[in-house]
Amino acid sequence: METASKPGRDVQPKKARLQTKKKKPRRYWEKEATLTAAGASPGPPRNKKRNRELRPQRPKNINLPKKSRIPGKPQFPKKPREQRNLEPQRNLSGAQDPFPGPAPIPEEVARKFRRIDKSKKLPHSKSKTRSRLEVAEAEEEEISIKAARSELLLAEEPGFLEGEDGEDTAKIRQAEIVEAVDIASAAKHFDLNLRQFGPYRLNYSPVGRHLAFGGHRGHVATLDWVTKRLMCEINVMEAVRDIRSSETGFLTYLDVSVGKIVAALNARAGRLDVMTKNPYNAVIHLGHSNGTVSLWSPAMKEPLAKILCHRGGVRAVAVDSTGTYMATSGLDHQLKIFDLRGMFQPLSARTLPQGAGHLAFSQRGLLAAGMSDVVNIWMGQGMASPPSLEQPYLTHRLSGHVHGLHFCPFEDVLGLGHSGGITSMLVPGAAEPNFDGLENNPYRSQKQRQEWEVKALLEKVPAELICLDPRALAEVDVISLEQEKKERIERLGYDPEAKAPFQPKPKQKGRSSTASLVKRRRKVMDKEHRDKVRQSLEQQPQKQEKKAKPLKARPSALDRFVR
Amino acid sequence: MKVKMLSRNPDNYVRETKLDLQRVPRNYDPTLHPFEVPREYVRALNATKLERVFAKPFLASLDGHRDGVNCLAKHPKSLATVLSGACDGEVRIWNLTKRKCIRTIQAHEGFVRGICTRFCGTSFFTVGDDKTVKQWKMDGPGYGEEEEPLHTILGKTVYTGIDHHWKEAVFATCGQQVDIWDEQRTSPICSMTWGFDSISSVKFNPIETFLLGSCASDRNIVLYDMRQATPLKKVILDMRTNTICWNPMEAFIFTAANEDYNLYTFDMRALDTPVMVHMDHVSAVLDVDYSPTGKEFVSASFDKSIRIFPVDKSRSREVYHTKRMQHVICVKWTSDSKYIMCGSDEMNIRLWKANASEKLGVLTSREKAAKDYNQKLKEKFQHHPHIKRIARHRHLPKSIYSQIQEQRIMKEARRRKEVNRLKHSKPGSVSIVPEKKKHIVAVVK
Repeated sequence: METASKPGRDVQPKKARLQTKKKKPRRYWEKEATLTAAGASPGPPRNKKRNRELRPQRPKNINLPKKSRIPGKPQFPKKPREQRNLEPQRNLSGAQDPFPGPAPIPEEVARKFRRIDKSKKLPHSKSKTRSRLEVAEAEEEEISIKAARSELLLAEEPGFLEGEDGEDTAKIRQAEIVEAVDIASAAKHFDLNLRQFGPYRLNYSPVGRHLAFGGHRGHVATLDWVTKRLMCEINVMEAVRDIRSSETGFLTYLDVSVGKIVAALNARAGRLDVMTKNPYNAVIHLGHSNGTVSLWSPAMKEPLAKILCHRGGVRAVAVDSTGTYMATSGLDHQLKIFDLRGMFQPLSARTLPQGAGHLAFSQRGLLAAGMSDVVNIWMGQGMASPPSLEQPYLTHRLSGHVHGLHFCPFEDVLGLGHSGGITSMLVPGAAEPNFDGLENNPYRSQKQRQEWEVKALLEKVPAELICLDPRALAEVDVISLEQEKKERIERLGYDPEAKAPFQPKPKQKGRSSTASLVKRRRKVMDKEHRDKVRQSLEQQPQKQEKKAKPLKARPSALDRFVR
Repeated sequence: MKVKMLSRNPDNYVRETKLDLQRVPRNYDPTLHPFEVPREYVRALNATKLERVFAKPFLASLDGHRDGVNCLAKHPKSLATVLSGACDGEVRIWNLTKRKCIRTIQAHEGFVRGICTRFCGTSFFTVGDDKTVKQWKMDGPGYGEEEEPLHTILGKTVYTGIDHHWKEAVFATCGQQVDIWDEQRTSPICSMTWGFDSISSVKFNPIETFLLGSCASDRNIVLYDMRQATPLKKVILDMRTNTICWNPMEAFIFTAANEDYNLYTFDMRALDTPVMVHMDHVSAVLDVDYSPTGKEFVSASFDKSIRIFPVDKSRSREVYHTKRMQHVICVKWTSDSKYIMCGSDEMNIRLWKANASEKLGVLTSREKAAKDYNQKLKEKFQHHPHIKRIARHRHLPKSIYSQIQEQRIMKEARRRKEVNRLKHSKPGSVSIVPEKKKHIVAVVK
């Protein structure tokens, strides 16, 4: 090993000496360190001259290509990624890339793909764990940028409806939209006159292909609404109510795949008429006649949360697909939007001429409200903002009173069930344009559907995991960690992670005498003491601020009991 | 008014003919994939359960020896060849793919104490209780030829172990002292010794090939430098070490299999504390061998089981045992890091899978992707209590299980005494010794 390295060392300086005598010809793969003037693109015959001019001016760049150990192999310059991209790409023709560097990505898109909550503080960990966490965070950053870039590949664009010259989109009627749109979309607007069997309620399948509706007097049918092919139709000679909540006030969770009742919870609030499921975390929202909305999960006997929404009873509740906003309407003619991910605060409110009996959110955040025989739709600015209740986006008047509202999942269509039958209304911009083929795929074949069903059953989320934050399983379990630490200290009798007392290293030349050892130890102890005192001083004003804040809020009679 | 409705052309979404692939457009937006984390958790749970279902590590048992198998050696160039030496002086060469013995040699009278192959794979060396070192050809004798050693060296004392240099034509034997031999000579080129007791095993470092490590009966591990022909330093432990094995990926790390049921991984630059203490066996650890990846090693113990440990963890990840397998004397990890061979007291050599639930053979790309995905899922959720419980679960024979309970009670009692001593004495008078340092007595340079 030693003998082998020696000739290598001797060879190198000789070769370097040879090199300085002979000038190495510049290869096309070796990029120049200097930049020419912006926009200069000299023609091909001027290349050689230009190179010779620039070569002596080349500044010392630390990233100059190293001599390759393997003779004959071209040495590609290894520059850090950003530097390589930011330098203008020089082709053989001399042309420059007018947009150097990687394509910029909009920040909201990248934020959508970030899943680590950086604001949460983790308890103090060892250096190995900390370095692993840093690596994981850097990876997540990179991946979110790549995912944001992959959005370019999405094929479809969402629909839109804009009025020209200040025209109010709400005044545009369905007939006008149908005229202006292509045939396929126009066919999506239809009216089924079914006056015989009473007011209808309807539901779309999660894929968006099929529509199931039931009339009050017992007519139940499902049809593939695109091809208008009727799949099944039965007439049950009894009243068909909404088959989910009960009159006696019990909320029953039925596991459809196994056929077992998972949990029966007593809501303790009388009749349960108003119910909706939060698609983000599968929590059931129940609206009660005292104006509260309670949130239930099958794992707990008590409601997860209770929100006071209205002065009168709650008539309708709807939650948007991301689980961020909840719209409620009550007997007090108010329509309110609440923020579900923060502090359950009302974000906006609007007084309606009549109470909205039915509410529905679309995939892109449009809110539809049905009031007697009128349907209003509101839209927000972007995907992330709640619908602004100032001006409705679209309105529609029906022949009968509205009894059910449901947006079709991947089509710009709103299905309305009313006393005169079923109407399908066109709402441009309502639906998510790009579906994921492995989740709900409207164009799936039978085999794909079977495979999807099997996989969905295998990864079915058990009922105990339903809670307000579905990402809770991926978080660091700080409580258990602290408990484990305490137990370990108790078991061992001492804290293994506490810093060992400072041991001064033995030194030569008399620096290891007792006096100097004591001096060194004292120095380190004093420094630690000073740091501790400084930290506690910094924390004190923070504590005082915290104490001062609640006092500044409204003074109440009970303040005299606060210490 | 400007209006555009979302309308999809079915031609872009439905395949043209039955022979085409289905089109699957992807959108990775998290809102379209609700319940990511619970679904991944359920998948991880299923993957862990399936791993336990498919955990069938035992492959084959090689039968043929007429006395306990004392030592094993790997062929450096052929994955399918393995050599074994038995306690009646017999050496057998096995073909692992056919699971048959291809050659038998009556090498020694008495135990075959050590066997090692030359780095080129053309010959191998054996040492026995009859004080001889013999060199044999790897290919069998031709037609009409007798089974004869290439070279025989007669010594004065019993040799207890042998190891060959990884690059040069030099080998080392140990017995009363460590001898370095050149293959052409009949007397050692140098003899090194430190202390007065017999040495049980010697191993060359595969990366820094001039380094040697040996284990002696007076509870120490001595490191030697072949170039200077002197011992370098030694570490004295509580109890005797049976063998050491050098990490094939890290030049300065070696693991020692000790009689006090533990294994110690040392960094030779700092011998005063072991890098890790591996505690899981319930009886003396007799042999240890590293995986070629350098991330795991396998240990054979007197308690009829073999355990696989990761280098950086103190607990084993896997334990293999059979009713028929008695005290395991020697163990080797094959050079493709997929199989483990162990030779035991009851004359059998057993072949096991290193990853118990791995599917052998060529995997299709989909299988590979699914396997990688499941592996990552299991890693992500490994700390959740339900998944940890399932992943950790191993069936143990009653003897080992009851021994574990007993030893746990004993350890608890000792720990409680120490804690009480610490609590009831003046703070600072009783020094807290970390667990790792407890087993080292001294380091001598």
